Amino acid sequence: MTGERTPDKPSTELVPVERQPQPVRKPPRRKKVVLAEAKGSRTVARTIVELEEQTSVGEHLVRSLVWAQFRTSFWMAVLLIVSLASLPLLFFLFPAFGDLTVFGIRLPWVLLGALPYPLLYGLGVWYVRRAERHERDFVSMVDR
Amino acid sequence: MGLNALALVSISVIVLGTFYLGYHGSRTANTTRDFLVARRRVSVHQNAAAIAGEFLSAASFIGIVGLVLKNGPDELWYAIGFTAGYLALLLFVAAPLRRSGAYTLPDFVEARLGSRGLRGLAAVITVAIGYIYLIPQLQGAGLTLNSVLPWAPDWLGVVVVTIVVVVNVLSGGMRAITLVQAFQYWVKLFAITVPAFVLCVVFAGGGPPDGQQSLTAPGPPMFTQDTTVTLEQAVKLEVPQPMRLPDVHGWVNGIRADGPAWWNAGEQRIGAKTQLTFSAGTPVPTVSGAVQDNADWLRPQSGGLPELFDTYSLIFATFLGILGLPHVLARFYTNPDGRSARRTTLHVLLLLGAFYLFPALLGALSRIYEPQLLVTGKTDAAVLLLPAAMLPGLPGQLLGAVVAAGAFAAFMSTSSGLLVSLAGVVSTDVSRGRVRDFRWSTVLVVVAPLVGALLLRSNDVSLGVGMALAMAASTFCPVLMLGIWWRGLTWVGAGAGMVLGGSLVALALVTNIVSGYTGDWAPAVVRQPALITVPIAFLTMIIVSKATSRRRPEDVNRIMLRLHAPDPLGFTRDRDVLRFGEGQTDGRHRKLAIRSRLRSRRSSSTA
Repeated sequence: MTGERTPDKPSTELVPVERQPQPVRKPPRRKKVVLAEAKGSRTVARTIVELEEQTSVGEHLVRSLVWAQFRTSFWMAVLLIVSLASLPLLFFLFPAFGDLTVFGIRLPWVLLGALPYPLLYGLGVWYVRRAERHERDFVSMVDR
Repeated sequence: MGLNALALVSISVIVLGTFYLGYHGSRTANTTRDFLVARRRVSVHQNAAAIAGEFLSAASFIGIVGLVLKNGPDELWYAIGFTAGYLALLLFVAAPLRRSGAYTLPDFVEARLGSRGLRGLAAVITVAIGYIYLIPQLQGAGLTLNSVLPWAPDWLGVVVVTIVVVVNVLSGGMRAITLVQAFQYWVKLFAITVPAFVLCVVFAGGGPPDGQQSLTAPGPPMFTQDTTVTLEQAVKLEVPQPMRLPDVHGWVNGIRADGPAWWNAGEQRIGAKTQLTFSAGTPVPTVSGAVQDNADWLRPQSGGLPELFDTYSLIFATFLGILGLPHVLARFYTNPDGRSARRTTLHVLLLLGAFYLFPALLGALSRIYEPQLLVTGKTDAAVLLLPAAMLPGLPGQLLGAVVAAGAFAAFMSTSSGLLVSLAGVVSTDVSRGRVRDFRWSTVLVVVAPLVGALLLRSNDVSLGVGMALAMAASTFCPVLMLGIWWRGLTWVGAGAGMVLGGSLVALALVTNIVSGYTGDWAPAVVRQPALITVPIAFLTMIIVSKATSRRRPEDVNRIMLRLHAPDPLGFTRDRDVLRFGEGQTDGRHRKLAIRSRLRSRRSSSTA
């Protein structure tokens, strides 16, 4: 049972819980591995088996991936808060700041009406690049 | 009459176009997966346009301009917060949510925390958020139709939008509305950019109308011509300085008035159905609550500490509320995988940013050209009436018709998205989730918001949306954030947090409605409670989860792997396929279903 792989049949233990009369108390530790038909990862990597089997190595790998992704998201969010959410406080504490003019338009209107959008998109592009890099690193580590 | 006819034509074109695209999209829709998640094969760009189209609701299209006209640049935080909310969604939720393989938000909750009871609770909250969000959309439709076609009663717009949306959703669910919403994004972008450019050129060419105060000068805006205003609701007016009114018909301060009148500076209570005539050159009295002085209006944060609290609460609600809105998240299940969900969100940021460049501009122009809206308080109509106010004759009417069409697109796309997500939740949680169940759920869920929209008094359209966001931010946002990134969340903790956060917001909402009928005594906290309720919900979830850590799902590591593993490793299991199969049909369209299944197999094997 351990060595066989039957990619044509979906694995049985992933039937949703509501179909089963009794929810399975403890999932079995060893699994049949069904690799995805899609995206053609032909090489059967030992690490994928470890991931699915929840060995300590696999668990460590997943934890480090989640942590790396979270760190990226978290710092992006901090950047977002510092850059945008500080504005009301700034306007409140230094009212004179709100009276500055650029190109004949009041600065707050530029800061609130136009500039946030390029900033947000830029942050988004940066984040997607970094997140996808983490994922590529993870895949190449697993496939090796 | 010209505006009426043109607006009627443009609205009809949009309604018919919506019908046609819904029909076109639903021709091949026949399985549960079509109705729930459009078979998970919507491309990045189409889905992004559909998400942006769904999200740019009445609040964005007409609400923000009206609020800017009334209160100045602080209201732009709505637009910024909405967009930033999508960035937060991108950072914390988009890809893991798709990889969870869930098909509704309650389904995600069950997949992550393994509790049927919590799934039910999540379904109830989904329906509550959907209703709070749907009612202002329908009311906005009534208001719009009433603004451009004065003979149309308020209920007509409500009923028209409801019918169009229900028919589309009945015919093809998510599959039908994807195309519709994507199309409606471009309609809305067109309907706001074209008037904005034309009106800017008009303004740059002609300058402000004679006699109007410059926006930078202190003092209230002025009437530039003799203006007659009819109030539909009773209002309190702040009169800036003593003024003479050539003609007043109706009730002022409880006394019947017919003929010329002198008003002293201060507050005047005007009865409903009163007709006021102002002569050119008098300063504009404003409804209480609006910013009167142009210099104050132009400056952000001129309202002191309460306004600062308001702004931060709004920022909190929008930054975090978007990623808990069920109808927004529902669209992310339609992407093929996590990576495309992420790219979709990125594209949404671009599309929303392009749209939100314009409300500030239109709001400022409205302040110059339509000060009379400050008297009636119906500032939501600002963007609809602006073209006619700035450009007399046919060009203004044409532009007005374009804007009206865009506003209608806004109501229809948002309402249809809400209805699909609600029907999806009800049909899969209350009944067995067949196509037939989806259809009757659609009809069932639309009844309550329809009645609500007809009976409840319409506040500013944006405020209702703000409440829905606060609700989402205090319930689903913490569940998603903690569920995706923290192993320690238990169903007990999630349930306690959702109940507490949700009921606090519900309490605020009820208080708000009651206060609206009994003299607006509610403090700012009640109008936008997110700043308080969201931290409470987060803390409750964390503390209760810590206390009940034995209830952690035993396969939490496996779930985390599934949520975060990159798509090429193939750990994603679509729960809808597991529950409903690849192509469960009603038995009538079997041929089509088989052909599409073959196609999907072929495309996945070549990829």
